Amino acid sequence: MKLYEKTAAELSEMLRNKKCSAAEILNDVNERIKAAEGKIGAYVTLNNNAAEEARAVDESIARGESVHPLAGIPIAVKDNISTRGIRTTCSSRMLENYIPPFDASAVERIKNAGMIITGKTNTDEFAMGSTTETSYMHPTRNPHNTDYVPGGSSGGSAAAVAAGETIVALGSDTGGSVRQPAALCGAVGIKPTYGRVSRYGLIAYASSLEQIGAIGKSVRDAAMVLDLISGHDPMDATSAISEKTDYALNLRETAKGLRIGVPDEYFSENIDDDVKEAVYGALKLLESEGAQIKRISLPDTQFAVNAYYIIASAEASSNLARYDGVKYGYRAENFDGLTDMYEKTRSEGFGNEVKRRIMLGTFVLSSGCCDKYYKRAKLMQQRISEEFSEAFTDCDVIAAPSYPCAAFRIGESAGDPVEMYSRDICTVTANIAGLPAISVPCGKNSAGLPLGMQLIGNKFAEQIILDAANAYEKICGGFNTLAANL
Amino acid sequence: MKQYETVIGLEIHAELNTESKIYCSCRNAFGQEPNTQICPVCMGLPGTLPTLNEKAVDFAVRMGHALSCRINSVCRQDRKNYFYPDLPKAYQISQADIPLCENGHLEIMIDGAEKTVGIMRIHIEEDAGKLLHDASYAGSLADYNRCGVPLIEIVTEPDIRSSGEAKAVLDTIRGILRYLDISDCKMQEGSIRCDVNVSVREKGSSELGIRCEMKNVNSFSAAVRGIEYEAKRQIGILESGGVIIQETRRWDDAKGMSFTMRTKEDAEDYRFFPEPDLGTIVVSEERIEKLKETIPELPNAKVFRYVKEHGLPETDARLIADDIDKAKLYDECTALGKCRPKSVSNWILGDISKFCNDTGRSILGTPLTAEKLAGLIAETEKGRISSSAAKTVFRVIVDEGGEPCEIIERLGLAQNSDTESLKQLAAEILAANEKSVSDYKNGKKNALGYLVGQCMKASGGRANPEIIRELLENLLNG
Repeated sequence: MKLYEKTAAELSEMLRNKKCSAAEILNDVNERIKAAEGKIGAYVTLNNNAAEEARAVDESIARGESVHPLAGIPIAVKDNISTRGIRTTCSSRMLENYIPPFDASAVERIKNAGMIITGKTNTDEFAMGSTTETSYMHPTRNPHNTDYVPGGSSGGSAAAVAAGETIVALGSDTGGSVRQPAALCGAVGIKPTYGRVSRYGLIAYASSLEQIGAIGKSVRDAAMVLDLISGHDPMDATSAISEKTDYALNLRETAKGLRIGVPDEYFSENIDDDVKEAVYGALKLLESEGAQIKRISLPDTQFAVNAYYIIASAEASSNLARYDGVKYGYRAENFDGLTDMYEKTRSEGFGNEVKRRIMLGTFVLSSGCCDKYYKRAKLMQQRISEEFSEAFTDCDVIAAPSYPCAAFRIGESAGDPVEMYSRDICTVTANIAGLPAISVPCGKNSAGLPLGMQLIGNKFAEQIILDAANAYEKICGGFNTLAANL
Repeated sequence: MKQYETVIGLEIHAELNTESKIYCSCRNAFGQEPNTQICPVCMGLPGTLPTLNEKAVDFAVRMGHALSCRINSVCRQDRKNYFYPDLPKAYQISQADIPLCENGHLEIMIDGAEKTVGIMRIHIEEDAGKLLHDASYAGSLADYNRCGVPLIEIVTEPDIRSSGEAKAVLDTIRGILRYLDISDCKMQEGSIRCDVNVSVREKGSSELGIRCEMKNVNSFSAAVRGIEYEAKRQIGILESGGVIIQETRRWDDAKGMSFTMRTKEDAEDYRFFPEPDLGTIVVSEERIEKLKETIPELPNAKVFRYVKEHGLPETDARLIADDIDKAKLYDECTALGKCRPKSVSNWILGDISKFCNDTGRSILGTPLTAEKLAGLIAETEKGRISSSAAKTVFRVIVDEGGEPCEIIERLGLAQNSDTESLKQLAAEILAANEKSVSDYKNGKKNALGYLVGQCMKASGGRANPEIIRELLENLLNG
C-alpha cells in the first residue's frame, strides 16, 4: 500500500512511530500527482517548497521535538485561500498573477502545525459554481470517472483527495462548495458553524455565508483538520469566541440514542431516486445501530435557494468591486479614461458566471429593489434559522442528501444557470442558517459515481455530526474514497 | 424683489486623532511618505477583514454627549458602494440607517443672541485615500495612507439661516472637537471638512426649497463665501422665473463660483447594506455613562461663566473660550484668585497672543505659567510696577524664564511709591520749571502733564505716575 492511500490519522501514527518520514509521504503524493494530475487537473499551482518543508518536519522529529499530530501530513489548499508567496488566483483571470503578502489565518495554523501544503486547488471562479467548470484555468475531472465533473466549487480539493494527489484538503463552503464536491468525489467534507473558523484570508464571495471547511478520506481526518483550523481569531470580527476543540480526540463510534430528523422537503421529487435510496439505506444502517429516525418538516426551506442567491449575489457584488484594475490583478491593456478602464478590466477579467452574480447582486441592492429582494431575503434567512432551531429541540442531527444527483458529464450543465442554482437546495440551508454540516459517502449509483449523505447539526454542534458520521463510517467499514483504476 | 430666506444644513467630517486607524492597526498619522502607513487590511487586499477600533466609537460617543445626542447603544455599520481609485475596497464602511448618535443640538452665539441648531446625527466611517497629481507623471498617483483613518460625520438639521450662523456652527463644533481632544481640526491638512446644503425660500414660507449640496468646501471662510454665492445664485434663478434643480455642486474658491458636479438623475446609487464582516456595535449603558463623565466644561458654558461670574465682555469671553489653550491659561490663572479676571483676559488677548502670533509659539508652549502670569498681573495691580515695566518682565519670562518678583528686583523695575522721596522730587522739578508752574497757575492745566513727564524722566521711569501727579497737583494748588 502506497503512503498516499492512507489517511492522515494513519500517517500521523506512522510518523510518530518512525515507520515513515514526511519526505517519504510527500514523495508518494508527488509520484501520484505526476501520474494522475494530467487526467484530473486538481491543482492550479503546486508548492515548490513542499520538499523543503517536509525535510524540516523530519529534522524536527529527528531532534525529538514534540510536533503536532498533523505535522508532515500533506494538505491541498483551495485557490481562494490566501497563501503568502504562492499565487492565489480564485481560478480567475482577474487574479491570475496575484501573490498574497500574507497567509490566511487557517493557512497560518496549518503551517504552524507543520502540515505540508502540496499546492493550490482549482475552483469555480471566485467559488461561484458547483462543477469547477467556471474556472478560468482549466476544468477539473472527477477521479471516479474523468468524463464527469468533480462538483464544486471546491472541486479541485475534493478531486485531489479522491485521486490521492494529497491526503487532506481545505475548501470553502458558501452554499455547499465543500460538501457537494466531497459527495460527488466520494470524500468526507465538513462545513463548520459560521464563525467557527476564521475567514481572514479567505477571498470573499459571500461574507455572511461562507466558512473554510475540511475534506478528507475519513471522518477522523476531517475532524483533525477542523480541530487545527477552528478557534477564535482577532483578525475576524465574525469569528466566534470559543474554546479549543478536540473533535478528533472525542470522536465516538456509536449511533446509539442518536435522534436523526429526516425532513420531507429534502426527499422531494426534485431529488434523484438513486440518491434518495442511498440516503435511506444509510439511515437504515444507522437505525439498526440504535439511532432513532424521525420524519420532520422544514417548510421554509423551499425559500432557501432564492434567499441564498439574493444574499450571496448582493454581498458578491460588493466584495468583488475591489477588482478594478487600479492596484493589483488584471488591468485591461487599452482603455480611454478611468470609467473605460474599469469597464474593460472587469469585462475581460471576470467570467460569465461571476458577472451574472455581480449584476444580480447589484440589482437586488439598488434603490427601489433593496426592500423587495435583499431585505426580504434577510427576513427569510431569519425564518429558516428559527425553523432549524425549532427542529433541533427534537433531534440531534438532520439528515438529507448532499446533492440531488450524482456527478454529471463535463459540459452538460452549461447553459441553464437557474437549473444549476436550484440543485443547491440540499446544501444552502446550512449556510443560510449558519449551521455545521458534513457530507459522507453513502454508496454509488449504477454508473459507479459516488453519492453523499449530509448530516446537519445545531450551531456549534460539530461534535455531534462528526460522531454520527463516524458511527456511520464504522458501520460501512470505511469509505473507499480513493478512485480505483486511475 | 421678494424677501428670501436662506436655509442651510451642514455635513461636517472630522478625522479622529486615534492612535491607530479604524479597522486595522496601522498608525493614524498625517504627513508621512505616501503609502507607508498601510497594510493589507486598509489596502483592502483580497481576503482581508476589518476589525473595529473601539476608540473611534468612544470618541464619537463623546462628541454625541457634547452635542446632547441620544446615543444608540446598539447600531451597525454599513457598506457604501462606489468606484473610485482612492477607495481600495470600492466601498466605504459607514453607517446608514442607524447612526451611533442622533437627535442632538448645539447652541451658537450670533450677534449677542443665543440660537439652537439641531444635530440630526453623528456617525463613524472610514476615510479614503488621496489622489495626487504630479507634473512629472502624466497619470494620477494614489496615496493610501489616509485609507481607514476614522472619521465622524456630524449632520445638522437645516436650522441655519445665514453664512454667519454657518460660520458660528463650524467654529463652535471645531471648538468642541478640540476641547474633547478627538480631532486635530486642521483644515489645511483636511482633518476637518464640510459639505454645505443650501436652499432658499420666500420669507415666511414653512416649506423647504429645492436644495443643492456643495462639495469641495475646504475652509470655513470658503463655506461662508460658498453659501453667499449659492444663495444669490438660487435667488437669481427664482427671480427670473426659473426652477432650482436638485444637484451636487463643486465649490471653486479661487473663482468664487460653484459648478454642477451631478444632478439628481445621475446621482450615484450607493447600494447601502449591512457590513457582513463586522458585528453589531454594542455600547453598554455603563460605558456611555463613563464617557459622559469625560466631557469637560465646553466653550459655551465657559463663555456663560466668564460673562456672568467674571464680568468679562462677551467678545473677550468668546475669544478665550473658543481657544482651548487660552481658556486653560485663563482658567488656571483666575483660579489662583490673585488678580482681576479682566486683567488676565487683557493679557491673554493682548501681549500673550501677539507674542505667540509673532513667534509661532503656542500659548501653553511658553515658560509663562498661570502662576507667573498671575504674579505678574498682581504686581501691576498693586502698583509695584508700571504697565510698561510689566511688558519688560513678560519678555524676560518668555525669553529666559524666571519668577516675576525676582526679575523686578534684578532689573530694578519696582516703582517708587514712597511719598516722602517723591514729594522731594516733585518739589525739585517744580523749582526747576518755573515757566510751566506759572503756565499752570495761569490756567494752562496741561502743563501738569509736562511736569509729570519731567518727574518720570528724573526718576528713570520708576516714579509711580499716579502718586507723582497727585503730589504735583497738591503742591501747585496748595
